[in-house]
Amino acid sequence: MASSIPASAPAEALALPVDARAPRGARRTRALALSGAAFVLLLVLVAIAAPWLSPQDPIRQSLRGRLAGPTLEGADGRAHPLGTDHLGRDVLSRVLYGSRVSLVVGFAAVVVGGLVGATLGLLAGFRGGMADAAIMTVADAQLAFPFILLAIGIIAVLGPSFPTLVLVIGLSGWVSYARILRAQVLALRSREFIDAIRGLGGSVLRIVLRHVLPNVLSSLVVVATLELGRAIVLEATLSFLGLGIQPPTPSWGGMIQEGREYLDSAWWISTFPGLVLMATSLVVSRTGDWLRDLLDPTLRGE
Amino acid sequence: MRGLLPFLGHRVFRALIALWLVSTVVFVVMRLSGDPVPLLLPPDAPRSEIFRVRAELGLDRPLPVQYAVFLGNALRGDFGRSIHFRQPAARVVVEYLPATLELGLAAFALALVVAVPIGMLSAVRRNSLLDHASMGLALVGQSAPTFFLGILFILVVSLQLGLLPTSGRDGWRNLILPALTLGAFAMASIARLTRSAMLEVLRADYIRTARAKGLSEALVVAKHTLKNAAVPIVTITGLQFGSLLGGAVVTETVFSWPGIGRLAIQSIYNRDYPVVQCTVFLSAVLFIAINFAIDLLYGVLDPRVRAG
Repeated sequence: MASSIPASAPAEALALPVDARAPRGARRTRALALSGAAFVLLLVLVAIAAPWLSPQDPIRQSLRGRLAGPTLEGADGRAHPLGTDHLGRDVLSRVLYGSRVSLVVGFAAVVVGGLVGATLGLLAGFRGGMADAAIMTVADAQLAFPFILLAIGIIAVLGPSFPTLVLVIGLSGWVSYARILRAQVLALRSREFIDAIRGLGGSVLRIVLRHVLPNVLSSLVVVATLELGRAIVLEATLSFLGLGIQPPTPSWGGMIQEGREYLDSAWWISTFPGLVLMATSLVVSRTGDWLRDLLDPTLRGE
Repeated sequence: MRGLLPFLGHRVFRALIALWLVSTVVFVVMRLSGDPVPLLLPPDAPRSEIFRVRAELGLDRPLPVQYAVFLGNALRGDFGRSIHFRQPAARVVVEYLPATLELGLAAFALALVVAVPIGMLSAVRRNSLLDHASMGLALVGQSAPTFFLGILFILVVSLQLGLLPTSGRDGWRNLILPALTLGAFAMASIARLTRSAMLEVLRADYIRTARAKGLSEALVVAKHTLKNAAVPIVTITGLQFGSLLGGAVVTETVFSWPGIGRLAIQSIYNRDYPVVQCTVFLSAVLFIAINFAIDLLYGVLDPRVRAG
């Protein structure tokens, strides 16, 4: 899932005569990145405003109105623009509320992964030696394994819950942050002014805040965006497998799972949350790509 | 062959470390899950019976000893008995393995057969309608969640058009949709990489020379370009094959494909931890072995990587 690397980008950039078309390309990328960011912002607003936007209570069941197709005048006398599910719950309201789970888990996982990754990356960079070797070995080992299998095993044993989910999804993505920070620290460590700061009694924290972070901020933003897309898809996948957010809380993955049995009679139950999930995943990962092209072209090769 | 041996040694070391870490996590997770003995015995079993089984399973020994025993058993492929199947867990998992391998190989073959020609054509006919359409589709394919892709295929191809079966495993018709679902991500990545690798080579001086010599465009592409673009294509292809294993869990669940991915999920519902552990461990071994084989192949093909 960590693969929305625009493989075509470097070739394209090199092929163009740099002077003539690059500025227009950059302007276009900026516009695209901004529209991607606007989409994420819109999603956040929808998640916050779900109670006011939703036409109905997302967990209110209605036996009379179950499995109704998209309609403005349902059997229960209410409008269901995206239909109702097998318990008569309004699909539109559930999709709107479902954005909350996706975003809360997604952002929380990014924060967890970022904090763990940043800490370990800084530790590896500053300490060097055994600590560095150990941390980087674990990072390599983690990348050498399909993490979803481990995630499934861990959640199966610990039981699905919000903290477990955030922890597992977050920890699945710490490596990229650690690598960026470690590389930056190593690059700085050879510079004399760092020695001077330490000699003058400056703390490591000060070095990190004043010299390390400003240099890697744009890389971190890019990685965090790509990680957000990955976390949202992973949450939906785990919820689909029954290992994520548990019913009756609406989540996109869970809704797709619930609608599976009714695919031939009530296609809308799975399809609408799925399309929203797919669009979210596409836009967020593309936004990451655009941000990378804009802020940090050096990351492309990774 | 100078340098190949240290390169291999380093890779073997890394593979072993990865395997050890995975098995340690499996052990820790297993311990976190609490006492498995009540699951094995009837609810009214006397205390003496519980103590007897605990001793039999070695659960009364100190944790470091248990860990050592666990590692030793795992190395010999012994993960205990499946609670649900009443057989050794390893035997159960091995029975389900061929279906997963069949699906994985089919997905991989499909991805290659579709992606490489499309990537080549997109590069040669750059900025054509075909290029834009296929690269747009590849972007969607790379970001689409595997499980929803499977649901969409079932909905459109099986239920609406009635072309292919929705689930099960008997015959090649059952294989197409799962293979397409599982292979979609790899297909998209390989197509994009093939295109960019081809574009890179098409700009090279020796291609210009070949054209200047008066070779036909088809010959230039077939003989000179593809050969030189092959190394990055082989690499990404290999990496994709390894990550297919992760997607198998989801794909098998969606299409009720009787492989180890679906077995793992069902065993979780059955609280059949020995089988879950064995699946995770075996997948790790497979994944690491595949990556190792690819590294090996790559190290032989392209001496430059040995330095890295």
